[in-house]
Amino acid sequence: MLEIRNLHATVADKPILKGLSLTIQAGEVHAIMGPNGAGKSTLGYTLGGRPGYEVTGGEVNFAGQDLLSLEPHERASKGLFLGFQYPVEIPGVSFVQFLRESLNAQRKGRGEEPLSGGEFLKLAREKAALLKLDMDMLKRPVNVGFSGGEKKRAEMVQMGILDPKLAVLDETDSGLDIDALRVVGEGINAVMRRADKAVLLITHYQRLLDYVKPDFVHVLAGGRIVRSGGPELALELEEHGYEAVAG
Amino acid sequence: MTALPTRKQEDYRYADLAALAPLWPVTVEQVVLAAGESRAMSLVNSGDSPLVRELAVTLGDGASLDLAVLNAGSGYGRIAVRAELGAGARFNLGAAQLAGAGQVLEVITEVAHLAPDATSRQVVRSVAGRGSTANYLGKVLVAKGADGTDGEQSVRAMLLDRQSAANARPELEIHADDVKCAHGCAVGELDANALFYMAQRGLPPELAKRLMLQAFVAEAFAGMPDEDALLEQALAALEAML
Repeated sequence: MLEIRNLHATVADKPILKGLSLTIQAGEVHAIMGPNGAGKSTLGYTLGGRPGYEVTGGEVNFAGQDLLSLEPHERASKGLFLGFQYPVEIPGVSFVQFLRESLNAQRKGRGEEPLSGGEFLKLAREKAALLKLDMDMLKRPVNVGFSGGEKKRAEMVQMGILDPKLAVLDETDSGLDIDALRVVGEGINAVMRRADKAVLLITHYQRLLDYVKPDFVHVLAGGRIVRSGGPELALELEEHGYEAVAG
Repeated sequence: MTALPTRKQEDYRYADLAALAPLWPVTVEQVVLAAGESRAMSLVNSGDSPLVRELAVTLGDGASLDLAVLNAGSGYGRIAVRAELGAGARFNLGAAQLAGAGQVLEVITEVAHLAPDATSRQVVRSVAGRGSTANYLGKVLVAKGADGTDGEQSVRAMLLDRQSAANARPELEIHADDVKCAHGCAVGELDANALFYMAQRGLPPELAKRLMLQAFVAEAFAGMPDEDALLEQALAALEAML
């Protein structure tokens, strides 16, 4: 599904990723953990193609194609979803309009027919219910006036609607209370825990991993993966800290 | 007959004087509302030729005017409004300017609160692309004794490229004590974070830009009588300039 080989990336000429390699197969959930400043968010943005995140070396293959040669919207259309740590507010544009246009643009990119208004609303209603988000909130402007937890749930509703192959979720657990964490965790499982999909969770903490059980855990430090293991590695990190485990 | 203005005159500092010359002098149109009268008006500049209009608005006590301005087209467009507000009168201006291809568009206002308890609200949204210029020069004057005045100016301009310009000058002149006057003014570009967020969800850049600009322009007419029809015209003009 995703193969990252020796990826180097800079932000404002500062090297952040320094030879990161990672392979994710369909059906797997991977977690990347690491201290602040290790390059976790940079990895997500670089995969998404954010302007300002410059790849200076390495390769990324996603579902059989060179991901780095694609524009950000083309990457989305190929099935890459990036869950934002800080979802962006877009005044005056409703979620319903935004997501319908987005989904239909993705479908067009894949040579599929657009969804009608009615079909789209049915889909949106179903995914909002799954994440226990009031459908009325999707009629409001994108993320405007949403609490931190509501924004994260709305991200997961978007993921459900857009139905990606690979979801890279950047600190989706931050800003969530315990109940919301469970709802979001169950939502990720319901949408993405499938043989033809994969998830890369970027997180500081073990707590989301109690709900979304990873198959592999990696420690990112200094722009590279310095250690990989199974779910037990997350518990070890929680107990002993990054320095002891990765240092 | 007065002479053609020069750039030394504040209200003409950014004007397209060459386009103004053949239209000079401009006849001032009188708009007079009697005490208690309400009216909704719209001024639309959508043609190819330069359009210059000057309105002198007089609102009697308790009168109410909603004035919608759509300044687009492809030539010089100048809409100047001077309004005098009586006690408890209400003046509401919503203006959208869509400037393309080397065009100069401007809205010039002077709103004079001459008596107590009048309300004025001005919302101006300008989009400038392809080497164009969009201007707003607006003054709110509160005369001595016009206590209880509530005046608001919300002025924003969006530049689509580095060759385009926007000039915004909201101005307050207050001679009374008990007044509430707010003004906000911003000139900027489309939010790069929002553009990436939208791209990541699958929207091609042109479509993302269009959605954001439509929302921006819609703010000019939010809550006005005939909002839907105005917005439809404005969005058609936006399409034409993009």
